[in-house]
Amino acid sequence: MSDTHHEDVQSHVKTYIKVFVALAVGTLITVLASNIHLGIILGIIVALIIATVKGSLVAAFFMHLSAERKMIYWVLVLTATFVVVMVGLIMFARQDQQGRQQGIFAVPQGHVPAHPAE
Amino acid sequence: MTEAHHEEHHDKLPFWRHYIFSTDHKIIGMQYGLTALVFLFFGFCLMLLMRWQLAYPGKPLPIAFLTNWLGESRMPGGVMAPEFYNQLGAMHGTIMVFLGVVPLAVGAFGNYLVPLQVGAQDMAFPKLNMSSYWVYFIGGVVMLGSFFVPGGSAQSGWTSYPPLSVITPQSHSLFTGQSLWLIGMVFLITSSLLGSVNTITTIIQLRAKGLTWMRLPFFVWAQLVTGFLLLLAFPALEAAGVMQLMDRMANTSFFLPSGLVVGGKALNVSGGGSALLWQHLFWFLAHPEVYVLILPAMGIVAEVIANNTRKPLWGYKSLVYSVIFLGFMSFVVWAHHMFLTGMGTAINAFFQTTTMIISIPSIVILTALILSLWGGSIRFNVPMLFALAFLPMFGIGGLTGLPLGLASADIHLHDTYYVIGHFHYVVAPGTLFALFAGIYYWFPKVSGKQMNDFLGKLHFWGSLVFMNGIFMPMFIVGMAGVSRRPKRPLPEQGHVAFGVGPGGHSALLHRELLLEPFRRTEGCQRQSMGGHDPRMGHPDSAATWEFPECSGSVPWPLRVQRTR
Amino acid sequence: MSTAIEIPYNSTERPDTGLYNAKLGIWLFLASEVMLFGALFSTYVLLRTGAETWEHGAEFLNVPLATINTLVLIISSVTMVMSWASLKMKNLARYKFFMGLTILCGVGFLVIKSFEYAHKFETGLWPSTSTFMAIYFTMTGLHGLHVIGGMIVNSYLWGPGSKMWKTDPERFTNRIEVAGLYWHFVDLVWIFLFPVLYLLPGK
Repeated sequence: MSDTHHEDVQSHVKTYIKVFVALAVGTLITVLASNIHLGIILGIIVALIIATVKGSLVAAFFMHLSAERKMIYWVLVLTATFVVVMVGLIMFARQDQQGRQQGIFAVPQGHVPAHPAE
Repeated sequence: MTEAHHEEHHDKLPFWRHYIFSTDHKIIGMQYGLTALVFLFFGFCLMLLMRWQLAYPGKPLPIAFLTNWLGESRMPGGVMAPEFYNQLGAMHGTIMVFLGVVPLAVGAFGNYLVPLQVGAQDMAFPKLNMSSYWVYFIGGVVMLGSFFVPGGSAQSGWTSYPPLSVITPQSHSLFTGQSLWLIGMVFLITSSLLGSVNTITTIIQLRAKGLTWMRLPFFVWAQLVTGFLLLLAFPALEAAGVMQLMDRMANTSFFLPSGLVVGGKALNVSGGGSALLWQHLFWFLAHPEVYVLILPAMGIVAEVIANNTRKPLWGYKSLVYSVIFLGFMSFVVWAHHMFLTGMGTAINAFFQTTTMIISIPSIVILTALILSLWGGSIRFNVPMLFALAFLPMFGIGGLTGLPLGLASADIHLHDTYYVIGHFHYVVAPGTLFALFAGIYYWFPKVSGKQMNDFLGKLHFWGSLVFMNGIFMPMFIVGMAGVSRRPKRPLPEQGHVAFGVGPGGHSALLHRELLLEPFRRTEGCQRQSMGGHDPRMGHPDSAATWEFPECSGSVPWPLRVQRTR
Repeated sequence: MSTAIEIPYNSTERPDTGLYNAKLGIWLFLASEVMLFGALFSTYVLLRTGAETWEHGAEFLNVPLATINTLVLIISSVTMVMSWASLKMKNLARYKFFMGLTILCGVGFLVIKSFEYAHKFETGLWPSTSTFMAIYFTMTGLHGLHVIGGMIVNSYLWGPGSKMWKTDPERFTNRIEVAGLYWHFVDLVWIFLFPVLYLLPGK
């Protein structure tokens, strides 16, 4: 961005300071929240939400993603898709294991032969 | 006085900066090419040793100096030890895929041609390019060095499945074959990652003005998609490799389930890990990896066919969309390598479906290439012979993959010689034929010399006959049930005399490929024919930009000044 | 014949993509890093869901120290982006000041980390102790290696690399932006690592 003016960068600096404060506050909040006994599921969700918000601030403002070009967005969308695919399908594979199937993955037990056919 | 002045202005680099640590994409391409060919030859030799064991199990190898050099631990009494057979198997696969084909297809052809074909002076990051080559080189040295440490090299298959790969050889030392394999892989992965960043940036950023996306040569599209496959798939294996190193050296249990007993003794580890985790992460890379092996090859075949039919490719748009779709789909099919791991019916059905879908773009590409012959004025020179043979050979490879992609059929075929036949068809008379076509096609451009036509045809016909002779029987013995990894068929798998025939074929193939280097030196001794020999493809009939540049009229390492 | 060639779009942006080369290059590299840490996070998820019990990190990991480390990295991110902004405002001295602070913060992070590790080993907690400790050491260790790598690059750009400011200031500014993107990514990974390893409840 070689056309940024001096004043423009100055206003960016103000934004950086604000983001820093938000990140610091977010850090303290997440530590405090972990001390409250929210249970496993809620605890994980809260922690991940705060982390996502903080991460988004870093990405959007420090890494200038909020004003980035389409090419970069597409690369990141592609990457995010494949991360979701990787984690999601591995988890799906774990859930859907022979002998451990429940719910939508259930196999009627009668179809399973007791021993290999002769 | 003027001469000395002239000399200074030439700014000539010393030999080691000009040829060894060069940042010029052509020299780096040559470095990748020559190194990869050496590794391909080495991997080929490993295979010959395996062949001996399969053809004559239990008989001593009659080559005295070789048995002496290999030593008593590997070849006791000249007879192959089972551990050594496993080492050969694991390293043959690793070397051929990671040290041979990928560096040749992507590092050599990609680096040399992509900048030329997009109209750029060099790759986007020339110094990074140089570093990528040397990191690859170090990785190769580490891999080769792993043969010489106590316990020998990696011996748990190129797939390195735990728990076997974690406990074999059992040692916390870094200097064991499997650990060195992991270190070597880290180097190779790093090299590929940096290379793919370079390739993608070059194609996106350094295209000449007016060279829009749908005007790019198909070879460049193939390299672009390949770059993305390497970029996004390799890190999974890198993570897994780090974890396996931790398991081996720091006694962790990423991949070791609880309650493992080895040799009658319970393993002293925390347990709680998952051997399947390795398989998921490994195949998350290794499936896109096989498309890395084939895509540049398809790109080369497309170039050679277009030139030697003297007409444009048929269905350019369908080729481009297919290759993009193929790249995307390659990330969601990996667990078809894991159908027999006890996954449930839903997940099996999912991966089976995606695997069937991914065959479609491959078929579209193959069809487009075949249809490109229609109405052409075909020139049957050596590159074209290889490119034409690629089509049915890849067809056989692809078709034989279909039963493997269907979970129920795979139950019968998994881990048999059928699989070996399938993937060798795609890589050997598939990719390698395409790479040979590329070498014969571009060698005159690169060096300014012609290759020997007779030897080229001998190379082609011999390879075609013998490769089919080696790999076709594998489908048959595989369907008969012969397992792929053990050093001899298990007794209940029957006596299949499959060693001698394919063994004989491979020995002949060996002699075939040995002719390669002679071809090159032969070529160097002949005078340049200035590209007017119709047998070698007229430069005017090539629509891609690497041809207008002077062929070897200037010694090739030096850059030609662009007047554009 | 001269062997020098000029690669376009190192200092200025290519019109149709709006990017200079190194910016695209670094984002591509960061994409691969996302896949790398993604694979490790998926390992965490798989190991955790597959385990009967899972440790509550806060019980034996040093949360106060790690909180300080988190703030240290966040501060280093701010100083990093400030160093780039200083170059945009053509102030080399301010750049050196902020880049120096960034490097110091990195040193601080590593020092605190080494205290943490040493204490773990002293109390008999090794990677081999449990899968939790294995993933803890592997993820924080790999992250630490990335911090070291970033610091080496930053130190080069603070020292000998800053000579480029005289010959090609736009390209040098771009280099700082690119180094900054990498550094922010390292911070971003820690922003997720910290709560996942230290704060999440066990089972």
